[in-house]
Amino acid sequence: MVDGLSFDVRDAELLAVVGESGSGKTTALKMLNRLIEPSAGRVYLDGRDAGELPAHLLRRQIGYVFQRVGLFPHLTVAENIAVTPRLLGWGKQRIAERVGELLELVELEPDFAHRFPDSLSGGQAQRVGLARALAASPPLLLLDEPFGALDPLTRDHLQQSLDRLRRKLGLTVMLVTHDASEALLLADRILVLRQGRLIQLDTPSALLSAPASDYVDRLLAAPRRQAQIFDQLASGSARA
Amino acid sequence: MREQLALLPRLLTAHLGLSLFALFVGVSISLPLGALAARRPWLAQLAQGAAALIQTVPSLALLALMVPLLGVLGLPSIGFLPAFLALVLYSLLPVLANTISALTTLPAEVMEAARGVGMNDWQQLTRVAVPLALPVIVAGIRTAAVWTVGAATLATPVGADSLGNFIFSGLQTRNPAAVLLGCLAAATLALSLDGLGKLLLSGLQRRKPRRTAFALTAFAALYAYAGVALVSGRQADADAIVVGAKTFTEQYILADLLADRLSRASHRPVRVRSSLGSTVAFDALKTGGIDAYVEYSGTIWATLMQRGTAPADGRQMLDEIRAYLAAQGVSLVAELGFENSYALAMRRAQAEQLRLRSIGDLARAASQLSMGADYEFFARAEWTALERTYGLEFRERRSMDPSLMYQAVAGGAVDVISAFSTDGRIAAEDLVVLEDERGAIPPYAALVLVGRELVAREPAAVAALAALSHALDAEQMRRLNLAVDLEHRPVTAVAHELSERLLGQVR
Repeated sequence: MVDGLSFDVRDAELLAVVGESGSGKTTALKMLNRLIEPSAGRVYLDGRDAGELPAHLLRRQIGYVFQRVGLFPHLTVAENIAVTPRLLGWGKQRIAERVGELLELVELEPDFAHRFPDSLSGGQAQRVGLARALAASPPLLLLDEPFGALDPLTRDHLQQSLDRLRRKLGLTVMLVTHDASEALLLADRILVLRQGRLIQLDTPSALLSAPASDYVDRLLAAPRRQAQIFDQLASGSARA
Repeated sequence: MREQLALLPRLLTAHLGLSLFALFVGVSISLPLGALAARRPWLAQLAQGAAALIQTVPSLALLALMVPLLGVLGLPSIGFLPAFLALVLYSLLPVLANTISALTTLPAEVMEAARGVGMNDWQQLTRVAVPLALPVIVAGIRTAAVWTVGAATLATPVGADSLGNFIFSGLQTRNPAAVLLGCLAAATLALSLDGLGKLLLSGLQRRKPRRTAFALTAFAALYAYAGVALVSGRQADADAIVVGAKTFTEQYILADLLADRLSRASHRPVRVRSSLGSTVAFDALKTGGIDAYVEYSGTIWATLMQRGTAPADGRQMLDEIRAYLAAQGVSLVAELGFENSYALAMRRAQAEQLRLRSIGDLARAASQLSMGADYEFFARAEWTALERTYGLEFRERRSMDPSLMYQAVAGGAVDVISAFSTDGRIAAEDLVVLEDERGAIPPYAALVLVGRELVAREPAAVAALAALSHALDAEQMRRLNLAVDLEHRPVTAVAHELSERLLGQVR
């Protein structure tokens, strides 16, 4: 449930949405591309009311990376990436070129193009998922806990890839995560949700220095404590 | 055997056509219905319930039920249509169940992704749901194909040609080779269609365009061939005179005899529809599905007219039958001259040991004996009359296929059977017929019945049938039956010889 929530995602920024499970993060995200239809309220994309378009046409303009990846198992990697461009009616040549570009962007070898999803590792699959979301150069990219199911090393690689990619392409991104460290590392601004209501919306540093409530403070406690331990380890005083 | 093999191309083609078109229509119904039902649990429950209910009806009964149903609707009640409709119904369940189950168990994350990338409902269905569900759906279609080909052998009793002709007539004329031929051909056909389905699926899944194209071409060719054969067959049949035969040897011989006579007396092609169910034949004659067949006076009296004890005067009974038939638009053109009645028969040795000569004697010993009869006997008016007249009460009653009764009694599996008095096996198995001293069983004179249309259009042909009046006595008929049942001579040959001989006598 989401209630009385109002925010904007600025051009070329990465907005992270954090909160406990059940805080409405994913619901808020899915309302943007109308995978969940809001019972009230409006969403504007580039100033246009997203409710005016048929939902499936709206979704072709918004990249979406799913928590459980959801690659089409009967299609090759290249065909998975090409799904939205094909729906948009792009020509074959243009699609082939775009698939090549995207494989490179998400750091996969060209020979992945003809493989099927069941032969990919979790990290490789989510890179394809990211490429699929970016395929039609959408003005907005939505990421729903995209790295949650990955092992820490793979997650770190992918986080760095995402960070490079979105800066290089100037992407506007909304990232939902339950991992406050991930939000702090990747986001320009962080939106804190609790029971469907906005608690705080600010930059990572502002959030750390001036948490609006105990709830925000609690969310940030774990990364903060980890950072302190790393610092102490680095300065050699941990065991003192 | 050569005679049987000569029938194979025609019957295989008929069987193929019947199965393929029933399957096509069945899948055309169950596939979209399954797709609709996958999103509507109430519809899924309703459709699957109905399809399962149809499946619980034995397939033979389902086919037989179509005959009166179509009759009520005023549609052609025997031949292709009833068999086709029953097979369509029969093919629904596997495709419906598999389609619903495949479409309701699709991976949720993949279907969400399909929405998320911007597919509309139709695109989600055709580009994601169907390809993912395809293996399970095709498995359902393959099951339906095998079932349909198998059940199509049961089209024979409702008057449609199929490989069942081999099986039904083979069982009746004790020709195991013919039965085996029918079974093998049906099995080969079922496995071939199943194999083609498998090939098509693997071509689609593994993206082998040549394999896919081969399978599709093969299916298209089969459909085209069956379609052409069906249409040209219908055109040829449209003008044909059709003689019916019920499911026992005597009927096959007599039908061939009538057919032989008709083809000599008419320029139209003559066809025999063999192995019709008992009441199917009369209904078909009334509605024009067949033009002539041999029926027995006792059956008309008891089963069709639903009358009780027959009058002692045979002439009076025949007059009443004639009046009844006329009211139905059916003409009685000849009495063949023999009777084939129901008769209670038992092993000679046992009858002598128990000193049984008549049914009255039997009634005293019946509580120690078991009785075997064909499927319909215990439900027939004749049995009720026997029970009432003699107070028969057996230790055990068993229904079985009429072709097995004689072996059963000879081998001691039962003590008494409902034999047919012209069956050559009564003498061959050393059985005795117990006398019906109180006349509980009506006489069963063999009568040649002819439908309205033949009488109007082919007076010469009808006259040729009328010339068969009193041409055969019971002893001759018994010998003819024996020639087929025990000497395994082909029915057509026996019938042809008979016809020649009778014509010789007339000349």
